[in-house]
Amino acid sequence: MRVLLVDDEKELVSTLAERLSLRGIEADWVTDVNDALEKVDTRTYDIAVLDVKIPKMSGIELKKKLEKKSPNMKFLFMTGHGSENDFKAGVAEAGAEYYLPKPVNIEVLIEKMHKATEK
Amino acid sequence: MSAQWDIISQQGYQFFGKMSASISHEIKNTLAIISENVGLLQDFLAMAEKGKPLDQKRLRSLSEKVMDQVRRADHIVRDLNRFAHSADEAVTSVDVTDMVRFLSSLCRRLASMRGITLDPKPSSKPLTIETNPFLLENLVWLCLDFAMDATGEENKLSIICEKAQRGARIRFTGLKGLRAASATIFPDNPVKVLLQALEAELHVDNEAEEITLTLPGNRAP
Repeated sequence: MRVLLVDDEKELVSTLAERLSLRGIEADWVTDVNDALEKVDTRTYDIAVLDVKIPKMSGIELKKKLEKKSPNMKFLFMTGHGSENDFKAGVAEAGAEYYLPKPVNIEVLIEKMHKATEK
Repeated sequence: MSAQWDIISQQGYQFFGKMSASISHEIKNTLAIISENVGLLQDFLAMAEKGKPLDQKRLRSLSEKVMDQVRRADHIVRDLNRFAHSADEAVTSVDVTDMVRFLSSLCRRLASMRGITLDPKPSSKPLTIETNPFLLENLVWLCLDFAMDATGEENKLSIICEKAQRGARIRFTGLKGLRAASATIFPDNPVKVLLQALEAELHVDNEAEEITLTLPGNRAP
C-alpha cells in the first residue's frame, strides 16, 4: 500500500511516515496543499490521509481536488478538533467514513487504511 | 447602553470561543507530535528486543523533539492562561506593544490557516495606556480578522505600535487588498460598539493601504 500524508505539522507527518514504513507501508508526506497536488501528478497513491484543517485550503477542498486528479484514491481524515461534538460535526462536514482524532493510534490508522482501500 | 453591552458580551463570547478553539487545536497537534515520537521510540525498543541495536543519536534526537513540543505546549498554555486572565479587570494598565505581540502569538495559527504571516513591529519603548484589556484584545482581533482578508497577494500583515498624541496607535499596514476588502462593511457594528466603549478611533486609509486604531491614554472605568 502506498499512502500520502498531508498535514502542516512537519514533525507529525514525517514521524508518522517513518512509523508506517517500519510496518511495511510506503508513505510519502507533504505539509503544503500545492505539494500534495504535485505529488499525485508524479505518483499513484492508494490512499491519502489528510488533516481537516491545513493552511490555504481545507482538507475537504483538497480531497475534492485530489479526487479529480486521482479518482481511485481513497481518503481518510485526521483532526485536532477538541470535543466530541466538534468531532461529529467534522465527520459530517467531511462526508468521510473514516475519521481519526489526533493523537492518532497507528494500529487503528492502519486498520482504517486497509478497510478503506479494500472497498 | 444595555443594547451596546449585549453586543459587547456576545462579541466577547465569540472572541473567547474562537481563541479557545484555536488554542485547543494547537495543543492537540503538539500532543499528536509527542505521541508519534514516543511511538517511534517504542518501535525502536521493540526492534531492539528482537536484536536490532539501538541508534543512540536517533534516540537523542527523538528525546529533543519531544522536549521541543513540551516547550511549545508550555508556551501555548501560558498564552491561554494570560488570555483568560485578561478578563479579570475592567480597567488596568496595558502595554500596547506587549499586547499586540501577545495577540499575534495567540492568533498565529488562525493567520497561518489563512496563509497569512503576522509581523508585529513593537515600539522601542513601552506604550502604556489605561484600558479594558479584554475589550482591547477583542477589538484588535476584529481589526486583524478584517486586515487578514485585505493583505492581497502579499500575505503578510505588519502591525506597527507607536505613540500617539494622547495615547497609543496601532497601524495595520501593507494591506494591498484594502480597497477591495473595504467593499465589505468595516467597521461593522460590533467594531463600532467596541470603539465607543474604549473611546478609541479607527481610520481606514485605502490610499496608504492601512488601518489605524488610535487608543486614548486613559479610559474612564
